[in-house]
Amino acid sequence: MARIIVVTSGKGGVGKTTTSASISTGLAKRGHKTVVIDFDVGLRNLDLIMNCERRVVYDFVNVIQGEASLNQALIKDKRVETLYILPASQTREKEALTREGVEKVINELSQTFDYIVCDSPAGIEHGAQMALYYADEAIVVTNPEVSSVRDSDRILGILQSKSRRAEMGQDPVKEHLLLTRYNPDRVDRGEMLSVKDVEEILAIPLLGVIPESQVVLNASNQGLPVILEENSDAGQAYDDAVARLLGEDREHRFMTAQKKGFFSRMFKGG
Amino acid sequence: MSDTATSGVKQSFQLKSANVSLTALELYYFDNDEFEANLRDKISQAPGFFKDIPLIISLEKYEGLDSELDFFKIIGTCRRHNIHVIGVRAGNEDQRRLARGASLALLPGGTVREKPQTAAPEPEAAAEEAPVAETPAAALSTAEPAPARIISQPVRSGQQVYAPEGDLIILAPVQAGAEVLAAGNIHVYGPLRGRALAGIHGAESARVFCQSLEAELVSIAGHYKISEDLQDNGWKSAVQIQLRDDLLVVTPLDKA
Repeated sequence: MARIIVVTSGKGGVGKTTTSASISTGLAKRGHKTVVIDFDVGLRNLDLIMNCERRVVYDFVNVIQGEASLNQALIKDKRVETLYILPASQTREKEALTREGVEKVINELSQTFDYIVCDSPAGIEHGAQMALYYADEAIVVTNPEVSSVRDSDRILGILQSKSRRAEMGQDPVKEHLLLTRYNPDRVDRGEMLSVKDVEEILAIPLLGVIPESQVVLNASNQGLPVILEENSDAGQAYDDAVARLLGEDREHRFMTAQKKGFFSRMFKGG
Repeated sequence: MSDTATSGVKQSFQLKSANVSLTALELYYFDNDEFEANLRDKISQAPGFFKDIPLIISLEKYEGLDSELDFFKIIGTCRRHNIHVIGVRAGNEDQRRLARGASLALLPGGTVREKPQTAAPEPEAAAEEAPVAETPAAALSTAEPAPARIISQPVRSGQQVYAPEGDLIILAPVQAGAEVLAAGNIHVYGPLRGRALAGIHGAESARVFCQSLEAELVSIAGHYKISEDLQDNGWKSAVQIQLRDDLLVVTPLDKA
């Protein structure tokens, strides 16, 4: 059986798709057969970040509605051997995702894949609820600011009450906090919430802290999951997060401000 | 899935015993207009709580005429206010037949009070607080103290937790945007960041206890204070809040 992981946040623009791309790439790079599904019907983005937008023929909704088979819709990643992408439909409505349809697709995928990563749309409406319904684990992507934390709290409540595990009375969905766009300098200046603040408010285990970085933006624009930028701090932070997700014990990094010396300022280190 | 293939026969469902706490509406007499007015009044005290709750009609103290007992009207009125009548408790044979006619479930109740048909009883508002002098029949059902509801998970933004009869004890944070309500006291062994409403049926002796007061609103028996008015006293520290002379008083727990 595959482990089903939803990447969700409530709030938009916090880095769900970036995270989905990197986490799924990281899992696949370690040899796990992984598929990442874009649940954001109508606002398809994952294919851009994974650089496969020109290869989309059929999509998730086509499969649900029986217009294409799963094999026709799955796109094989060109960089990582065991990674597949199931793109969202750009032209349909979110309501095209029915619970039965999603279940059918997920059941079929779980027979051949080790990990199914569900990239949730923003909000708490139908699309987001479909993305999290079948999840075994949830990566809650949060920015260190008050409104994002509040929305994450809201989505955690929905995970506890409206997921399949909650409805069936099974063990609850395993929750992970991933703090993205973290800028230790701004935390020190009091402009951002600290890791400790966010952990204290949300009261769920910390999976990782991804530093705010130009590399993330550049990678997205090039259609490269940032985890493949192995020399960057953000890429390494995602790699740590994937390792922790798989049960490895790694110390948290990139949480304190670096004292920039003359040389690193000269050569734009990091 | 492979389940069906390997285990042979798989049933489509399984019956399990369930224990749920329900709200009962103790009906004294029925007049549709008054009923609706009283209902609206009750709902306005805790609008969030009443939304989509299941309700049973308790007939133990019903004093009106059987012929006035129009379950279809009761169901309709409740439905308009998003309350779902699911069954009837107690009542005599005729009343239960009427209830069955309206497709309501019949729940067992205490001994039925066969009431002599006297002249029109003094109309008292339906669903008011229980009368002080209780009849033996009614006293039977309230002999046990209501159990406290204990919650060990954080109450998240947008969630609502309700203890309809007794105390509410929460062993985790109550987050901003969450709401906790109880007929009795509310204990929060963690920060109280959301809204806490104790004594929502009017118990003025109810109190709210928390380890860190960061609440959006605290209310006891309808008397409330909002975050702005709570900041000066005991903010972000362990406190209890009680009602004294219609005023909410915050006192630190270590000096209690």
